[in-house]
Amino acid sequence: MDVKKYVIIGNGTAAIGCIEGIRSVDATGKITVISSENRHVYCRPLISYLLEGKTDTEKMKYRPDDFYEKNDCNVLYGKRAISLNSEDKTVAMDDGETLCFDSLCVASGSSPFVPPMEGMDKVEKRFSFMTLDDALSLEKAITPDSRVLIIGAGLIGLKCAEGISGKVGSITVCDLAERVLSSILDNECAAVVQKHLEAHGITFMLGNSVSKFDDETAYMKNGEDIHFDILVTAVGVRPNIALIKEAGGACGRAITVSEKMKTSCDDIYAAGDCTESVDVSSGSVKVMALMPNAYMQGHCAGVNMAGGESVFDNAIPMNSIGFFGVHIMSAGSHTDDSEIYEETKDGSVKKLFMKDGMLTGFVLIGDVDKAGIYTDMIRSRKSISEIDFDMLKKKPSLYAFDEEYRGKILGGVG
Amino acid sequence: MKRIYVDEKHCLGCHLCEYNCAYANSGINNMVKALKDKTIYPRIRVEGDEKITYAVSCRHCTDPLCVKSCISGALSIENGTICIDHNKCVGCLTCILVCPYGAVTTGEGGVVQKCELCLKNASGAPACVAGCPNRAIIYEER
Repeated sequence: MDVKKYVIIGNGTAAIGCIEGIRSVDATGKITVISSENRHVYCRPLISYLLEGKTDTEKMKYRPDDFYEKNDCNVLYGKRAISLNSEDKTVAMDDGETLCFDSLCVASGSSPFVPPMEGMDKVEKRFSFMTLDDALSLEKAITPDSRVLIIGAGLIGLKCAEGISGKVGSITVCDLAERVLSSILDNECAAVVQKHLEAHGITFMLGNSVSKFDDETAYMKNGEDIHFDILVTAVGVRPNIALIKEAGGACGRAITVSEKMKTSCDDIYAAGDCTESVDVSSGSVKVMALMPNAYMQGHCAGVNMAGGESVFDNAIPMNSIGFFGVHIMSAGSHTDDSEIYEETKDGSVKKLFMKDGMLTGFVLIGDVDKAGIYTDMIRSRKSISEIDFDMLKKKPSLYAFDEEYRGKILGGVG
Repeated sequence: MKRIYVDEKHCLGCHLCEYNCAYANSGINNMVKALKDKTIYPRIRVEGDEKITYAVSCRHCTDPLCVKSCISGALSIENGTICIDHNKCVGCLTCILVCPYGAVTTGEGGVVQKCELCLKNASGAPACVAGCPNRAIIYEER
């Protein structure tokens, strides 16, 4: 049989999952990776840890230096795919070259989205906070006197704030939303986190947005002015779907994929932040732009591309993030009619959300020990009635499960 | 591959496994110096109550969610053993968010730690198993 030709567009977490997935089935196929960034694979969420000094550009490599060599991949650095032809099975590149494929994975990720704001183009020191290059440019630009304005109090904006805290004069974070981390936290939890961040010197201006910029002034909708030297825009991201959309593939907000990570085009798969899929905790289709999902989707795509059998059908939104030593974990989803179990002590919160006899979501702030037991309850859609849930809700532990389950997990029985 | 298996029917709940684990991973060759008057952070932890007890440590899953979810590439599989590179770990705790068994923990200073079967420390083989008085923890191929 001819050697199979694989092309992967992207060189992030999903792409690495895809390579490892392919290689778990096919040791000899030819893998070509198109990497727009001129960098060995690193994990983007680490850029804030880099600014904080918790990692460096060497340590933050997601796989060892010899990864591509060992997996026999040809990486085209600094190159972009500009269009796909699903019938001819070709990818047109920005350098004029054309690549042929038998099987393709689009792992093109997402791009920062900056809504148009008047005068933004006049701001000289303006940064996104997405790539390693963004982080390195920001690091170069800041001084101990910098007044930094961050637009966006989501995961990216707040991790950026933490990363540069202590290295700049002041940090102000503004967001149109009334609370921080509005995509994962409710008002009460957000208030706990905001208080903690404020105690570390970060100023918030929430429920507010910029109406106009001068070079170093943001005129806010509520009439206040913020003077700044450095602007970071972290409003949100948009999935990079153009390649598939223009090739006629099905897309919603992101690329539509099956449980096998296949797009609607023959022999074309997609994985990671550019895709949308079913959140099993709610049953709705979502863009779950999360590292663990990206890897698992990529791996699943890779196995299927190489002729193996794999499905990834239990994705849920989940996040583990820390700010100045306090950890926040969230997983799953909830609705207004979810039943809630709640514990709050100073600075520590636990909220579990139940519906239809199942745990569907949680938020933990502070004590996050063994949180994965809750996450597994959500992913595996275990019924609450099968276990000692009264015990489990107080403290996650295998003790809440029956002896048979424990025997299977711990004793290798069955 | 040899793995650690636990039989709750044999577990006395004595917590010796926790002490032996902490000692083996302390890098100190004197048990008193390693453990006395110190908070220990064992990678195996006894759970349960006065009736049922059992010890939980990493299962070294063949399809490990923690490795797949690790954002820094610090967790990897080396010859079947799931290992953590403390140098690369940034302490995001995503592994704790996904481990279905609660087997990954934080140690002193909040760093992530997990059982590596004592293959990298002076013990050379699981210290919890060697020190278990009632063979409730065993290390074998199944």
